Amino acid sequence: MKKRVVSLLMATAISASLLTACGGSGSGTANATGETGGDAAAAGGTEGAVVNIYSWNDEFRTRLEAVYPEVESTSDDGTVTKLKDGVEIHWIINPNQDGVYQQKLDEALLNQATAADDDKVDIFLSETDYVFKYTDADADVAMPLTDLGIDPDTDLADQYPFTRTTASDQNGVQRGSTWQCCPGLLVYRRDIAKDVFGTDDPAAVGEKVKDWDTLKATAAELKAKGYYTFASYADTFRLYGNSISEPWVTAGETTVKVDPQIMNWIKDSKEWLDAGYFDKTVKGQWNDDWNKSMSSSSKVFAFLLPAWGIDFTLNPNWDGETGAWGVTNPPQEYNWGGSYIHAATGTDNPQHVKDIILALTANKDNLIKISRDYLDFTNTVSGMQEAATDASFASDFLGGQNAYEYFAPVAENIQIAPLSSYDQGCVELIQNAFSDYFQGNVDYDRAKANFETAIKERYPDITEIQWAE
Amino acid sequence: MNKKKQHHLSYAKWGYIFILPFFLAFFIFSLIPLVDTVRYSFYEYYRSGIKEIGPTFIGLENYAELLKSDMVAYAGNTLILWVIGFIPQIVIALLLANWFTDVRLKIRGKQFFKIIIYLPNLIMASAFAMLFFALFSTNGPINSILMSIGLTDTPIDFMGTTFGTRSLIGLMNFLMWFGNTTIMLMAAIMGISPDIFEAAELDGCGSFRRFFSITLPLIRPILAYTLITSIIGGLQMFDVPQILTNGQGNPDRTSMTLIMFLNSHLKSRNYGMAGALSVYLFIVSGILCFFVYRMTNGGDDSAAKPRKHAKGGKKA
Repeated sequence: MKKRVVSLLMATAISASLLTACGGSGSGTANATGETGGDAAAAGGTEGAVVNIYSWNDEFRTRLEAVYPEVESTSDDGTVTKLKDGVEIHWIINPNQDGVYQQKLDEALLNQATAADDDKVDIFLSETDYVFKYTDADADVAMPLTDLGIDPDTDLADQYPFTRTTASDQNGVQRGSTWQCCPGLLVYRRDIAKDVFGTDDPAAVGEKVKDWDTLKATAAELKAKGYYTFASYADTFRLYGNSISEPWVTAGETTVKVDPQIMNWIKDSKEWLDAGYFDKTVKGQWNDDWNKSMSSSSKVFAFLLPAWGIDFTLNPNWDGETGAWGVTNPPQEYNWGGSYIHAATGTDNPQHVKDIILALTANKDNLIKISRDYLDFTNTVSGMQEAATDASFASDFLGGQNAYEYFAPVAENIQIAPLSSYDQGCVELIQNAFSDYFQGNVDYDRAKANFETAIKERYPDITEIQWAE
Repeated sequence: MNKKKQHHLSYAKWGYIFILPFFLAFFIFSLIPLVDTVRYSFYEYYRSGIKEIGPTFIGLENYAELLKSDMVAYAGNTLILWVIGFIPQIVIALLLANWFTDVRLKIRGKQFFKIIIYLPNLIMASAFAMLFFALFSTNGPINSILMSIGLTDTPIDFMGTTFGTRSLIGLMNFLMWFGNTTIMLMAAIMGISPDIFEAAELDGCGSFRRFFSITLPLIRPILAYTLITSIIGGLQMFDVPQILTNGQGNPDRTSMTLIMFLNSHLKSRNYGMAGALSVYLFIVSGILCFFVYRMTNGGDDSAAKPRKHAKGGKKA
């Protein structure tokens, strides 16, 4: 009998531990946030005690800590930031790689209506590539700023107009705001410029690259001396892709329209690659070959990069002397990147969300501070114009040149392309499909067919692909 | 008598209670999702942006749609990639297993070599693929070496050609699995009675003859097992080509395997289509499993007979 009791106990213990272990993995994270949120519940008054912020890295947190005056302290692991009024910000960070961030965010937003107050998403971030997926009026997951009590026309008047357009839905209602603005420039090697053009003066080089036709003639000059103009066809894509006249997919339709500008990119890229203006060994960006093409042993003359690209991509990959690079105007104005802050529909902390958005995206002093401390080109027209003439913004990496002098006018002239929620896949897959064509692995029609297959796989609701002539 | 019987029964009860957790876990975490996968394969169910579409019952449309797609071509890719990896794997493994078990050769450090050849299997496949991606990139170390010893003037674009990419995937699969196969075949060869080898040698049998007439026929069941498990593993080939080609099966989708195709449907949370593809894969794997069962149980009479005897004995 005793034996029986003992073995029964053991059996239940084992089964219980097994079951709880299995069950725990599913709900563990939700429980954890709920419990820690509980003890601060009384502090926030009518507002919830926890502000949940979804992001893909600590970029937003560092900027918030730097300029949001209500911040008291952040836990060592960076997951909880305490505010002075007792409310806690919980950072829910998921990496951007392989779409993990969007998957987790989508799950959370779909459960938003039924989630407990302290588990609701309050703020989430998005990138330009997929911002429209969340600002879409039909999805209605990002609150219109006016519902928060922010009047974009007065409160955000100093922002660059294209960033406001980007964060708006199809009816022109602004549903997000950004501190960051990412105008791109042409960044060139001064030693190569001296060798080929006899000067490294940004104005003179700017004249050589002012539009695509001039740049093509310049590319031939560079080629004659054994240099490549750009590393790969992916480098120029954003310039074309940003100037499309119609969205990839018009709202309510299921047809992908490939814009004439994209067709131009295909035509020009093939021509440039065959002519030897690109480095044939570099296939796309963000790979080892691309990084190496930024080193001193490379023959690549220039890159098309925004502010963050110069500081976080070019600078770490450059192994020569500082001051070897210069910036000048690109052949065509473009924007690359940018993180948008959205208030999630159904947030229980609208006041805090409003404060945070205003502090981070509408306060000129804060934005200038971010520019100084974190090298972001920030979203204030007047502030950036001041920076353009302020010698203290000069960069050693660029040989003492003040890049803001070139960034500011580009930012003011950017015409943002019309967005759709299919942009990310279209942009990614068209580059991929035509990569084979540029390298001569497949013919033109086969590359088109491959894009059609891939895009229909990614977006099952797409029924047709129209190619511009 | 009665008491004893009850005692016996209660032990069986404890047995069931002890295996209950496994079956509960299996039921909740494996069987229900499995049934759901099959169920959703008859539905239109995916996500467009953040909006959920479906589930709407559409019958066999997903299955028909898949047959119209390039699924067959991807199945062909999978088969080719598997063959490229499997042929060198089985040849080298047989050779090594034969050498390592040959008492006459007296190879030193057998244990050491066994560990070494098994090591590549311990590396995560994705890490292995990333390593190869870096090694064989156009400006990578392999090209630097080839150029510095003068074998080529311009860097070779290994991953730009179908042949190059497929060979690399085959090479990686070979490196990862030949150790495993070698050890399995060694066990099989060591299971053969040494008397037979001795007898063969006394009769003047050479090593080639011995290998083809004694070793190979006697390890046939294990060979068949290796073959079939390898095919099933090959059907599920995913991580190596996925990482090496960035999920696109470049160039021209010639390295796209069936599971990569499945994965690209899951990017849009297309549960319906992915479910239908899974059912196809399930059927193929099921047929292969049937063969492996036949080969290991039915085909070998000597193994099947004693078991029948044992069963009969128990009854009596």
